[in-house]
Amino acid sequence: MTKGRMWIAGAAVAMTASGVNAQEVNLYTSREPGLVEPLLQAFTDETGVEVNTVFLKDGLAERVASEGESSPADILMAVDVGNLADLVDKGLTQTVDSDVLTAAIPENLRGPNNDWFTLSMRARVVYAANDLDLDAITYEQLADPEWEGKVCIRSGQHPYNTGLFSAFLAHHDAAETEAWLQGLKSNLARKAGGGDRDGAKDILGGICDIAIANSYYVGLMRSGKGGEEQEAWGDAIKVILPTFEDGGTHVNISGAAVAKHAPNRDEAVQLLEFLVSDEAQKIYGEANYEYPVKPGVEIDPIVASFGELQVDSVPLTEIVTHRKEASELVDKVGFDN
Amino acid sequence: MIAGTVIAALVLVPLLALVWQAAQGSEGLWSHIVTYVLPHALGQTAILLAGVGVLVGAIGTSTAWLVTAYDFRGRRVLEWALLLPLAVPTYIVAYAYLDLLHPLGPVQALIRAVLGYDSPRDFRLPDIRSMTGAIFLLSFVLYPYVYLPTRAMFMTQAANLVEVSRTLGISRRQVFLRVALPLARPAIAVGISLALMETLNDIGASEFLGVRSLTISIYTTWVTRTDLPGAAQISLAMILLVVALVSLERWARRRQRYTVSAQRSRSFEPRRLSGRAGFVALALGLLPVALGFLAPALHLAVEAWKRFQFAGVSGRLLVEARNTLILSATATLAVLICGMIIAYAARVFPQRGIVIMQRVSTIGYAMPGTVLALGILIAMGSLDRFIDRSMQDILGVSTGLIFIGSGAALGYAYLVRFLAISVGSLEAGFTRIPRSYDFTSRTLGQGVGGTLWRVHLPLSKAALGAAGLLVFVDCMKELSATLLLRPLNFETLATHLYGEAARGTYEEAALAALAIVVVGLLPVVLLARLGRPEHTAH
Repeated sequence: MTKGRMWIAGAAVAMTASGVNAQEVNLYTSREPGLVEPLLQAFTDETGVEVNTVFLKDGLAERVASEGESSPADILMAVDVGNLADLVDKGLTQTVDSDVLTAAIPENLRGPNNDWFTLSMRARVVYAANDLDLDAITYEQLADPEWEGKVCIRSGQHPYNTGLFSAFLAHHDAAETEAWLQGLKSNLARKAGGGDRDGAKDILGGICDIAIANSYYVGLMRSGKGGEEQEAWGDAIKVILPTFEDGGTHVNISGAAVAKHAPNRDEAVQLLEFLVSDEAQKIYGEANYEYPVKPGVEIDPIVASFGELQVDSVPLTEIVTHRKEASELVDKVGFDN
Repeated sequence: MIAGTVIAALVLVPLLALVWQAAQGSEGLWSHIVTYVLPHALGQTAILLAGVGVLVGAIGTSTAWLVTAYDFRGRRVLEWALLLPLAVPTYIVAYAYLDLLHPLGPVQALIRAVLGYDSPRDFRLPDIRSMTGAIFLLSFVLYPYVYLPTRAMFMTQAANLVEVSRTLGISRRQVFLRVALPLARPAIAVGISLALMETLNDIGASEFLGVRSLTISIYTTWVTRTDLPGAAQISLAMILLVVALVSLERWARRRQRYTVSAQRSRSFEPRRLSGRAGFVALALGLLPVALGFLAPALHLAVEAWKRFQFAGVSGRLLVEARNTLILSATATLAVLICGMIIAYAARVFPQRGIVIMQRVSTIGYAMPGTVLALGILIAMGSLDRFIDRSMQDILGVSTGLIFIGSGAALGYAYLVRFLAISVGSLEAGFTRIPRSYDFTSRTLGQGVGGTLWRVHLPLSKAALGAAGLLVFVDCMKELSATLLLRPLNFETLATHLYGEAARGTYEEAALAALAIVVVGLLPVVLLARLGRPEHTAH
């Protein structure tokens, strides 16, 4: 039996509701497994389709490319829009024609040819010490000398930051961005490094007054899911949604694409459709404190308390194009040195 | 000989894949790298390597001498306790120390309490996230790489050499400086170079501590700028650098021979220290153990206990521990067999070709784990695809990914990565076996294989055991290649830990980290037993 015939037979089995063979779908993800597990479990509970996973921090594209047409990968999931764009550029994905997906996900949050889909969003926000007299701030102001020695941030080369810096490049030219990065660097309270949560921890520890970090960590900390210590870090800060002077708040996404040679294509689409269902979008919010991609889905109360999110209007697809330049500017100003 | 060539070829495959990648070209990379990245990264790397090299050499050698030349209360425990830091990966130690020394951590809290400060805003210590912090931290974790072979060397140095020196009128201290130390040089050199390779390879700890080494630049070029050819080019440059350094060290001691007559080899009588002297010796010896193992391990244990009470233990952990053990054990066996073949071939046929083969076989250790994994991924992926396609054409059956899907590619990565450890240790072990033994054995009618089996193997049991355990512990801790090459639904303790650490949920990771330490302790304890002299009493 050829692979093609096997596929047809497999699809036939999949279509008859009571397939004898256990159905499965293979997920390659650069998203930390703990974050998606509750969703995958819910999917299996509902459909009976088993999800096999492999978590690849980096090298997702290289792995799938090397495996070529023999790859068992069905879904490729990533935490950064840049990574998704890379997958498409390298020809590792396929177009998916699904009314469910297009109805649930706004057009600017999908790949140009429906070759990738946003599943959730998070904002790059500012954590501020509770006693700090600060209610609003722009990203531009983060480089103001008044913050000298007071800002904490992770490595400038981390995708979360290169994403933000790329967005800055979308609003300003290279020289302005470089000057801003220089200013931000001289405002650092310590070397750029650690994780986003360390920003909150270091604020409580007195190292810095404000930190630049992702929104969902606050939910994870304040909810007490990480234990009492983290609750204390989360409670030591308030969250401010910064904006660009001429725009909104920078968001990045987690998203997924169907692999070009997906052996279980139908199940893959089924899983993607499940992930944008009201139920799954709600789990994203509850388990992860991310912003749902589907308009109208309820936002978790902790996240809602940050205020109303005005998403920056520059399309993600444009931001992606500045990524390399942003990363080189980070080197140029010696941001991490 | 043929086997050796095959092994060397196996090591070369990922390197060639890398060269192929590098040749794809990377526009404008070097002008950027040379201007903005290299000056800083090279400087940082040099300082880091120099600092760690000096410190591991000093700690490793002095502790080895301490437990060999002196006898004091607690020495027996210290002998094996000094190996304990081997059980803990550097990234875990870094993470533990960041926690311990954070303004909110126990150390600073205690200091504030003693000094009467209420808030970390009023008083805090300098940040551990610095070059100095990184050098100290890495050194206190990596010194066993020097301690282990050096101590083996000290122990097997014939007592008569020392006794002769003593009768010639030099003091005990001078025996160390003028006899023992020069004789132990190959072991110290091997140890330091292993520790330095680990340092060069380390991404986790350096990243945590904010040191921008060369390896991090490779990583940035690859991941952040999605420039794989560029990353491959920097990696190749780095490998050249390492090979040059190692060759330089070998060249420097090219004329030295280190064999001693093993005939009446016995270790010399250690000097008994009692009272205060004994106590000081013990305290000095315990210091690296406390810093490199006890403090981080206790911290992990406390965190893991908190976590356990909070969320219980997941069944996954047991499966992961099993995966880790099986994978590491299999890989270790392969690494030992290949290492033995290479080291022995180099001894029996000391021609130029073999020497080159031997050098080639150890190159994998000089490659950053991620880079090596990429090379293997590219090579194995092509092979897998080729087999799959051929099988479909010929038999109409899809085989899927035989090597990547089964984890064989991962075992291959471990082999290439850690072969240097077994070749290095075995070679060092072999240098102590006099050539005359080989000749005698051959004259008595044993072939090359027979000589290996009946003479060299029994005489290098200790070196073999030590190499095996070092490799095992390293396999268990390995992260970069494991992350990239493991099959679906296959987690090891290290990948679990990393997954949790990557999203900042360290507390979840504490259990996995502790499990790595506990599993890692097993071989370390074995190692200690193995290293114990069988004839302490005369």
